[in-house]
Amino acid sequence: MGIDRRKFFKVSGLTALGLAGGSVSKVFSGEDFLDTAAPVRPEGPLTAQRWAMVIDLRKCHEQADCNDCVTACHTTHNVPKWENPKDEVKWIWKESFEHAFHDQEHPYQQESLKHLPTLVLCNHCDNPPCVRVCPTGATWKREKDGIVMMDWHRCIGCRYCVVACPYGARSFNWRDPRPKIQKIEPDFPTRSRGVVEKCTFCEERLARGMLPACVEACKYGAMHFGDLEDPHSNVRELLSKRYTIRRKPGLGTNPEVYYIV
Amino acid sequence: MLEKALVGDKRYWTWVISLMAVIGIATLFYLKQYSEGLGVTGLGRDVTWGFYIAQFTFLVGVAASAVMVVLPYYLHDYKAFAKITILGEFLAISAVTMCMTFIFVDMGQPFRIVNVFLYPSPTSMMFWDTVSLSGYMVLNIIISHVTLGAEKQGMAPPKWIKPVIILSIPWAVSIHTVTAFLYAGLGARPFWMAAILAPRFLASAFAAGPALLILFCLILRKVTKFDAGREPVQTLAKIVTYAMAINVFFILMEVFTAVYSGIPEHLEHFKFMFLGLEGNSMMAPWMWVSSILAVVSLILLLNPKARRNESWLVVACIAVFLSLWIDKGMALIVTGFVPSVLGAVPTYVPTVTELMISLGIYALGLLMITVLYKIALSVRGQWVTKRIVETQRSPVKAGS
Repeated sequence: MGIDRRKFFKVSGLTALGLAGGSVSKVFSGEDFLDTAAPVRPEGPLTAQRWAMVIDLRKCHEQADCNDCVTACHTTHNVPKWENPKDEVKWIWKESFEHAFHDQEHPYQQESLKHLPTLVLCNHCDNPPCVRVCPTGATWKREKDGIVMMDWHRCIGCRYCVVACPYGARSFNWRDPRPKIQKIEPDFPTRSRGVVEKCTFCEERLARGMLPACVEACKYGAMHFGDLEDPHSNVRELLSKRYTIRRKPGLGTNPEVYYIV
Repeated sequence: MLEKALVGDKRYWTWVISLMAVIGIATLFYLKQYSEGLGVTGLGRDVTWGFYIAQFTFLVGVAASAVMVVLPYYLHDYKAFAKITILGEFLAISAVTMCMTFIFVDMGQPFRIVNVFLYPSPTSMMFWDTVSLSGYMVLNIIISHVTLGAEKQGMAPPKWIKPVIILSIPWAVSIHTVTAFLYAGLGARPFWMAAILAPRFLASAFAAGPALLILFCLILRKVTKFDAGREPVQTLAKIVTYAMAINVFFILMEVFTAVYSGIPEHLEHFKFMFLGLEGNSMMAPWMWVSSILAVVSLILLLNPKARRNESWLVVACIAVFLSLWIDKGMALIVTGFVPSVLGAVPTYVPTVTELMISLGIYALGLLMITVLYKIALSVRGQWVTKRIVETQRSPVKAGS
């Protein structure tokens, strides 16, 4: 949906440009005119039957001061930076382990683990409660690869999805976000006030054959992204070899972000 | 019939214009919220729904409570309610209007609300709530318009209205059930995830709504020539008594389940509500006031002597209404967010803007009630003239 609309605007915009520049033929030449600015991998888009992420918390914890993935995501997606925590918008961020894994903590836990920052983001649940409650279909699970998508133009801002998400992964634009975007990334849309947003596993980058911005930004190999349905994929390999946990598995949402602890 | 609302004495116009002034001021506050976004409220990341949604929830109950006069009158032919049935229906219409306005002001993109109808989503309880509330509104408008219209002409209402009225009875139950389902089906929010939420909503609604109706009847007796009579008020008082007792029973059942099981994710919410959590005890004083009011009201209501004394009855009704307003209009929604899904204990205090907008919506509701009651009583000639027509008035029983 989002892609279709974006594509439409790009096509019409480029058509106008092309007409102005007299290079109509180039526009209609069949090459992927979707992304003139961003690099396009010759292999075409990255596809999967079920995208999933594995986060290696041990590697991540070794770099407690590193915030590369968060910065990469938030600059790529024009996420505003608010001073007041109640207005905050975030797609991926660090929570303390006891907050991220509320039901796993105990008083004698290693101090390190207890307070160590744990990356959290949308879990792209197989059975997403946010999708179930949305009264307009503004958020939905994409059939072809399981990504939980958002249409910011259809969202009425009722915040039912924010209430229904057990992971606190959704953010609402309490105010106009645009003045609070440090540097507007022209490749990605900004949002208006009054709509909900969240991580989309970088569906726009996958379409260009690029990995999610956070995964690409991680220098320490703590984030792995791949196809859960492919038995030979990196994520399946890790899941079969390492002990992994998920957030609030008892709720039946079937989250697709796994953690190595 | 609307012309009846356009004539009135000085007292009437002073009241109407005062309400309009409040609505006008509230509109200015809403314009501020509309241009700056919902950030002007006390809501935020953690407490995502607050005062507006809580008022909505409370008022759905008030709207549904009309069934407590409609059912005895139309289903059991309980004639004593003849005079007040229309008051119940008009209260429902005003309450539903307030509900819809509260939803409207809570939306981030209010003018996209039409998307709910453009992209109907049957998996969403919000979709069903919209359907049931609008349906209830339409039913009550039709019923009150037709019955009052017939009454104005001194005729019995047409036969076809009877099935519509019967339909409105389960429909009233449905609006509050579906409203409870908005909350009760969310794994993320254990505080609301209780099978008793819908029954509890109905019990509190059938206490708060009729309590309000009693107060309205007594106010009308003072300021107009309308007298509901002693019997209907006393019957309403019994309904309030039963409903309030059942409501308190249901709440105690919730407390038992949470406390005895000791499961933290259930217990913590109750701790926050009554004792405070991690130093945040903003809700506790309110809940204690609510509990004390509930006990006081029950002592008065369960005691026949006090209940039959209209002065004590007024105290009891105010206590019921306030107790349930705190419980549902303040605590119930906010507590669902404390602690948050991440275990944080956020603070939420409604801002002046939020409170002013809410006040304006209540003023809008009161204005509607005033105008609608004025119409109803003028049709019966009871607004200004001394009971001329009271005896000639036959019950608006359809089909008889």
